[in-house]
Amino acid sequence: MVTTLKPVDAVIVGFGWTGAILAQQLCDAGLEVLALERGPWRDTSTDFATGFAQDELRYMWRHHLFQNVSDDTLTIRNNVNQTALPMRHLGSFLLGTGVGSGGVHWNGQIWRFLPSDFLTKSHNQERYGKQSVTDYDLTVQDWGVTYDDLEPFYNQFDVLCGTSGKAGNLNGQIQPGGNPFEGARSAEYPTPPMAQTYGPTLFGKAATDLGRHPFPHPTGNLSQPYVNNLGAQIGACTYCGFCEKFGCGNYSKASPQTTVLPYVMAKSNFTLRTESEVLKVELSPGRKQATGVSYVNSAGEEFFQPASLVILSSYILQNVRLLLLSGIGTPYNPQTGLGVVGKNYAYQTMSSVNVFFDDKLINPFIGAGALATVVDDFNGDNFDHSGLGFIGGAYIAGMVTGGRPIEMIYTPQGTPAWGLAWKHAAAKNYLRSFSLSVHGSCMSHRGNYLDLDPTYRDIHGRAMLRMTFDFTDNEHKMSDYLTDRAAEIAKAMNPREIKLNRRTGSWNVVPYQTTHNTGGAIMGDNPTNSVVNKYLQSWDVPNVFSMGAGAFPQNAGYNPTGTVAALAYHSAQAIIQQYLKSPGPLVQA
Amino acid sequence: MDKPVPGRRQFLIGTAVVVGTGLAGVLGTTVRDGELGAPPRSFRGGVPWTEGQADAPPGVSGEDYKFFTPAERMFIEAAVSRLIPNDEVGPGALEANVPFFLDRQLAGPFGRGDHYYLGGPWPKGTPEQGYQSRFSPAQVYRAAIAAIDKHTRANFNGTDFAKLSDDDRDKLLKSMESGSLQLEDGVDAKTFFTMLLQNTKEGYFSDPIYGGNKDMAAWKMIGFPGAHYDYREWVTRHGEPVPFPPVSFKGRPGWNGES
Ligand SMILES: Cc1cc2nc3c(=O)[nH]c(=O)nc-3n(C[C@H](O)[C@H](O)[C@H](O)COP(=O)(O)OP(=O)(O)OC[C@H]3O[C@@H](n4cnc5c(N)ncnc54)[C@H](O)[C@@H]3O)c2cc1C
Ligand code: SF4
Repeated sequence: MVTTLKPVDAVIVGFGWTGAILAQQLCDAGLEVLALERGPWRDTSTDFATGFAQDELRYMWRHHLFQNVSDDTLTIRNNVNQTALPMRHLGSFLLGTGVGSGGVHWNGQIWRFLPSDFLTKSHNQERYGKQSVTDYDLTVQDWGVTYDDLEPFYNQFDVLCGTSGKAGNLNGQIQPGGNPFEGARSAEYPTPPMAQTYGPTLFGKAATDLGRHPFPHPTGNLSQPYVNNLGAQIGACTYCGFCEKFGCGNYSKASPQTTVLPYVMAKSNFTLRTESEVLKVELSPGRKQATGVSYVNSAGEEFFQPASLVILSSYILQNVRLLLLSGIGTPYNPQTGLGVVGKNYAYQTMSSVNVFFDDKLINPFIGAGALATVVDDFNGDNFDHSGLGFIGGAYIAGMVTGGRPIEMIYTPQGTPAWGLAWKHAAAKNYLRSFSLSVHGSCMSHRGNYLDLDPTYRDIHGRAMLRMTFDFTDNEHKMSDYLTDRAAEIAKAMNPREIKLNRRTGSWNVVPYQTTHNTGGAIMGDNPTNSVVNKYLQSWDVPNVFSMGAGAFPQNAGYNPTGTVAALAYHSAQAIIQQYLKSPGPLVQA
Repeated sequence: MDKPVPGRRQFLIGTAVVVGTGLAGVLGTTVRDGELGAPPRSFRGGVPWTEGQADAPPGVSGEDYKFFTPAERMFIEAAVSRLIPNDEVGPGALEANVPFFLDRQLAGPFGRGDHYYLGGPWPKGTPEQGYQSRFSPAQVYRAAIAAIDKHTRANFNGTDFAKLSDDDRDKLLKSMESGSLQLEDGVDAKTFFTMLLQNTKEGYFSDPIYGGNKDMAAWKMIGFPGAHYDYREWVTRHGEPVPFPPVSFKGRPGWNGES
């Protein structure tokens, strides 16, 4: 039996980063807001206190904070000629669940995309010719929103998190010590950059010697205590080295818990229901309006929750799935190229270079999720791509996030994976090695998309999401070029030896890469090329807004959440200032 | 629904229905088991927080074996002692008590396939599609040990894997690693090997509360200080040895008189 509940002004589906931001914004605008979250409540002292937060087995390898895929997963394949099979165990990406979700167990690497990243198609076409954006069956697009449109909202997220960093471009003036390639910032970072440990420092020196432009990674692992605009107090990072994949026991990693929840949970017009999974957005008979959502809780009780506004903030994969299951928008067809929902799924193209020293103690256990010195000289269109045969790029980071021994022991080229030789290599190199990370863009491609699986069903009987994805030649060429640039810096550190971990072969679901899935609910300037407009509003059902990296038409060479948050604030402002006054499409098709 | 419950420190239970688990009446007690599904809850008017509740780690106690039969235990000891052999550089997996760790892991939620999707159909799949089996990890171990012993008995004059020479065991482990060893009864040797090696390293390097990494000797070998949480003093002391002896969740020898 389905119980119909009292209507609310806005229902928020999923309570991670974007759900928390939208809840705060809409509550402040006076709406009665309800958030439905499929996972449990989580707070620092109960769920990841310092007495037990630093548990590699439980959090990283037994997935204690991640989505349990035993009753719902997605299916995966590299191309349409294969049969998609379930992702039976998390690997390549670690999906979040529960209050705070990925915001709890992220690294806290806070980036803005480059101005040219928002113009992937027009910018590259103008500089390198039409084939640069159509080669390899690329389907890249412009975003329909510009860096300048988003700058105030990027800033809003920095103020919320207390981001630690050094501006490289303040109102158009290049600043020493920051990233000279970044788009202009209207303000300095709220807190100074983190102090760098030995590995990142060696990287910075070598990069400078080669004429690159290193700077400290902008981070949500705070360099000093900070009180944000909502009155939340964030502590100073202790470099514990159990950051990404773990919750922070020190209240020093920016997360929904440390930045938004103390404020929003106290609002009298806000309610949160946990262990409540939304199954579908319900539509009016004409399918032009959402009437609310249906959900089921962990006790098996089913509800219909009426709402005037539906905010999908359930991470890109669930957002796209809910759009498909609810019949909002036309599903993408890779054969004809028509339709938009599920189109342009993309990811992140990762490689790395390990460096091994004899004479230098790196002490990798002194680390933090975003502790790195970075060069951005070869990201986006910061360098001339003429004759290179690819578009896009990557940042290269000399990075030490921790020295967790099951996951992070580096051994030299040719070391076997077990036996005495492995043990000796581990004992010899653990304290004296670290890794340069090459964090590359991923362009969208005609054959990479999301749809509903024809065979596999979740515990509620709903079709699983099906992911069809592989890296294309554009990505392989980009990644090889960038890995070579990283190797140059690695060698300039004068180590005993280095090891290149290139991005080879097809996308594989087993090794962790990143939880930076993008696309499928892409934004754009008209309904034939996109699912949502620049305010993340559905072209088809205007009282549905879809947050998250699903809106990215392709992925840039940065971590997504800074841009995800900026888009969320940009959308919230349009909802509050325009939509509430006159509900309907904010952009005319 | 959603009415404040006075006297509960802004901690409101709305549609609280406790699902059929040992959790009944858990709210307000000091136990919180994050491995079990929580009941649905509704919050309004403040951050819910309950004093003294902690989702503490599920450590193990005792010395008895719960999952492996004596024969399986011999197999496991013979295998992990080749994956990480003992010498003066540091402990072997056997000396670090990895077989006991594996036993308790397989007897618990991991062994049952918690956090694995095991629904059908079950075609084989490509290497890129990762784990594709109907078996839970405990079933993989049980079936693989039996199939490997069947193989060695047929090919080594009736000898179990555990009784083979170091060299022969290494050769077999290599053929599992490469995928060239064909086993019967639906067992994929490479899938088993990958899992065994991963779990062996887990037992070797995880906190001793899980039964392996005896005396934190594996941490000592590499120089990892364990469960320390504050390195601020050391951030800019580049290249200096950090003199902290390793510490586990249970402390270290010299703390609380424990060892
Ligand atoms: C290990 C790791 C490291 C990362 N590091 C970084 C980093 O350093 N920098 C960076 O920029 N990004 C990083 N990310 C990515 C970052 O976590 C995400 O971009 C961010 O959390 C996305 O926010 P979101 O609101 O879209 O989704 P989430 O924060 O994932 O929230 C989605 C929520 O919706 C809930 N939900 C899903 N479906 C339903 C449903 N049907 N009904 C009800 N609730 C539902 C989920 O349980 C979840 O709570 C990292 C991610 C991981 C896993
Ligand atoms: S590294 Fe810093 S921010 Fe990250 S979990 Fe540890 S203390 Fe928190």
